[in-house]
Amino acid sequence: MAAFTLSINGQAHAVDVDPDTPLLWAIRDGAGLTGTKYGCGVAQCGACTVHIDGQSTRSCSLPVSAVGDRKITTIEGLSSKEGRAVQAAWAAIDVPQCGYCQSGQVMSATALLEQNKAPTDRDVDLAMNGNICRCATYVRIRAAIHQAAKSLEG
Amino acid sequence: MTMHDRSLSRRSVLKAGAGLVIGAYVAARTPAFAQNQPAPQQVNIAPNTFLIIKPDSTVTVLCKHIEMGQGPLTGMATLVAEELDADWAQMRAEHAPSNPVLYKNLLFGLQGTGGSSAIANSYDQMRKVGAAAREMLVAAAAESWDVPAGEITVESGIMRHRSGKQGRFGEFADKAMQMAVPSDPKLKDPSEFKLIGKEGAVKRLDSVEKSNGSAVFTLDINEPEMLTVLVARSPRFGGKVASFDASAARKVPGVVDVKQVPTGVAVYATGFWPAKQGRDKLKISWDDSAAETRSTADILGEFRELSTKAGRVVKAKGDFDAAAADGGQLVEAEFVFPYLAHAPMEPLNSFIHWQGETASARYGCQFPTPDHGVIAEVLGIGVDKIKLQTILAGGSFGRRAQQSAQVARELAEVAKAFGPGRPIKLVWTREDDMRGGFYRPFGLHRMRGVVKDGKIAAWSDTIVGQSIMKGSAFEAMMKDGLDPTLVEGSNELPYEIANFKCEAHQVEIGVPVLWWRSVGHTHTGYAVEAFVDQLLEAAGQDPVEGRLAMMDKHPRHAGVLRAVAEKADWKGAKLETGRARGVAVVESFNTFVAQIVEMSVGDSGPKVHKVWVAVDCGVAVNPDIIRAQMEGGVGFALGHILYAEQPIDAGRPVAGNFDTYRSLRIDEMPEIDVTIVQSTEKPTGVGEPGVPPLGPAVANAMARLGLGRPRQLPIVPGAAA
Repeated sequence: MAAFTLSINGQAHAVDVDPDTPLLWAIRDGAGLTGTKYGCGVAQCGACTVHIDGQSTRSCSLPVSAVGDRKITTIEGLSSKEGRAVQAAWAAIDVPQCGYCQSGQVMSATALLEQNKAPTDRDVDLAMNGNICRCATYVRIRAAIHQAAKSLEG
Repeated sequence: MTMHDRSLSRRSVLKAGAGLVIGAYVAARTPAFAQNQPAPQQVNIAPNTFLIIKPDSTVTVLCKHIEMGQGPLTGMATLVAEELDADWAQMRAEHAPSNPVLYKNLLFGLQGTGGSSAIANSYDQMRKVGAAAREMLVAAAAESWDVPAGEITVESGIMRHRSGKQGRFGEFADKAMQMAVPSDPKLKDPSEFKLIGKEGAVKRLDSVEKSNGSAVFTLDINEPEMLTVLVARSPRFGGKVASFDASAARKVPGVVDVKQVPTGVAVYATGFWPAKQGRDKLKISWDDSAAETRSTADILGEFRELSTKAGRVVKAKGDFDAAAADGGQLVEAEFVFPYLAHAPMEPLNSFIHWQGETASARYGCQFPTPDHGVIAEVLGIGVDKIKLQTILAGGSFGRRAQQSAQVARELAEVAKAFGPGRPIKLVWTREDDMRGGFYRPFGLHRMRGVVKDGKIAAWSDTIVGQSIMKGSAFEAMMKDGLDPTLVEGSNELPYEIANFKCEAHQVEIGVPVLWWRSVGHTHTGYAVEAFVDQLLEAAGQDPVEGRLAMMDKHPRHAGVLRAVAEKADWKGAKLETGRARGVAVVESFNTFVAQIVEMSVGDSGPKVHKVWVAVDCGVAVNPDIIRAQMEGGVGFALGHILYAEQPIDAGRPVAGNFDTYRSLRIDEMPEIDVTIVQSTEKPTGVGEPGVPPLGPAVANAMARLGLGRPRQLPIVPGAAA
């Protein structure tokens, strides 16, 4: 066990865990933030996606000891205008079915829009390809990303 | 399954805090297949309610079905709100607790969700709850205002009288509690509906919480002193622990204890990561003396040999053999279906706090009644001492609808082995889930048909597969030892064929199996619809026109087929752009779905560009949820038909994660066009019926591309190699 101080959503969280503990479990079991989900543990499904210094990252495959003082944003702390637009579009289009993967989907979609204000379908494919939805809500995920992009135009 | 007892035969009103609480329940019955149902008198029926109206006028519907994506929270609330004349903004929904008397599925006779039955079994029941509450609120207002009840109107949650008096539900909830419960509340004529079937009238109640991370799933449960538990289970199905050494595991910081349980060795820790590290350090010797040791290839060999022999006759008419000997073209095909994992995004987690005399469990529980009974049995306390609460589940696709309550049993055993006191969360890793068995059964169909004079003269289907129900709480649904899910969809065709035969070999294998989204139709839909298309091709007939010509007695099949052909502007299967189209129509769970796919096959493999769907599910209660289920059903089916299989290697399941069990991704998702066929029939389900037609429609398009109909699924094998 070792003590780490993580910067999550602008707050310092002290966690006492094994240095090899994936960031996902430090966030969930250590900091008690459960919006970030476990789906595969091997960076295949994207349910654990968080932003580290603004970049989409699979938290299940990053040891907590490698995070350092970089700034982590989880679904609970999503506050950028892109993030809010994505969440509004998600609800307006009723994207979620079971909902378990959607925190990760929203995080990936937000990172896309923060870097690309008008993504094409191909851009969406590339940015969202790492996020599995077993309910296959992909048609609505795509529609919601475009709707969020449009809502940010004005 | 047949519909029975959809009406309310008894009602009660209970006061539970402020506001109006209406409980409505039906007379207890004991259907033949509800073998594990706890006796009603043992069950605590205190939370006797479907509906709570609070002083702030919010209306909370207690939903007896689990929300795992298909929308029952929204659906039940829609039915109540319609008859209550509530405003959608005041509606809420929560999961009902376990109670087999109050909250049983009227089609099953026990509390549970499955078979695409949530709306089908609740349509009248929930509308009556709303209508009864409306009458009681109106009676209360009439008394308060001293006006005749018949002069009060209700619209969007506001009650009005022409004198100018008006009020909201919350103001009259307490008084309404004093009113007699109407024995037969009047339901609206469908022409008066304002929410049911209306586009845009209703939004899902769970979209916001599922878009901002606040929705709580079982994995998210965290209580003081809680232990997280992982169980090491046998790599082979049927293996048992011979001996184990936990000394290294116990040294992992955070590991609290290690215990043997019936399913393996349980590691109790302060969080997931120490539990996993501890489990990784266990040294276990397995006793495989009773384990399954065959591989997929062995099973296929046995199935193939059996399929050439006469099976038990499930259904026959005319004389297939005589027709086959009477000239014409004999067409044959063999279709092989792999084991499939459900792989819901949230693996199978569960939570219990056993305190000795009492216990409280909560998790994404799909069959509360059998689970409740099993937890009571293992812990040795009465079901009335155990609270069981269903919460949101991160998908299921059948995985949580456990016919023998396996996860509930393991949860209780894990709690029992540790002893009472601390809350316990039993967590499954993705690999645990993927390799945990309870798959869509492996199966084979041997098809033979005769084409004569441009028509299908004879049809034979010999099925080899495993039973899902045998040995489970559902065994009583089997007829003369035959599991109906093995043959459903193959024993009755929507096509008029003079000489017909369906035979089955029901085989026992040590790989546990379970219903998987659309159950038997996952394979019978493919076999029937790919083969009828092949026969029509041999007969020189158009896939759509040829089907319609044989469907005189099946107007709803024909209706969706015509609707989808019209929407897709069907002009034959082959297009000139290097693309081809395929069609299929399947009825499952009394819902009729036809699909047309347009696809091509390039260097990177099959690519489905667009899918047109027409669905007839009776009254379309929530049109947008129906569309969502058709979209999701298509995507779920496509991913599996293209890529998914769980190979068995000497009794061990091979695929462990999404790298070897390939799932559909966004770039592979086709464009989807859904047409809902207008109907006044009773509503039926939509969670599963979108799945079965997709596979054969893809196969039929591939045939028109000159690639033949795939004989063994998945179409693109090798992910698990």
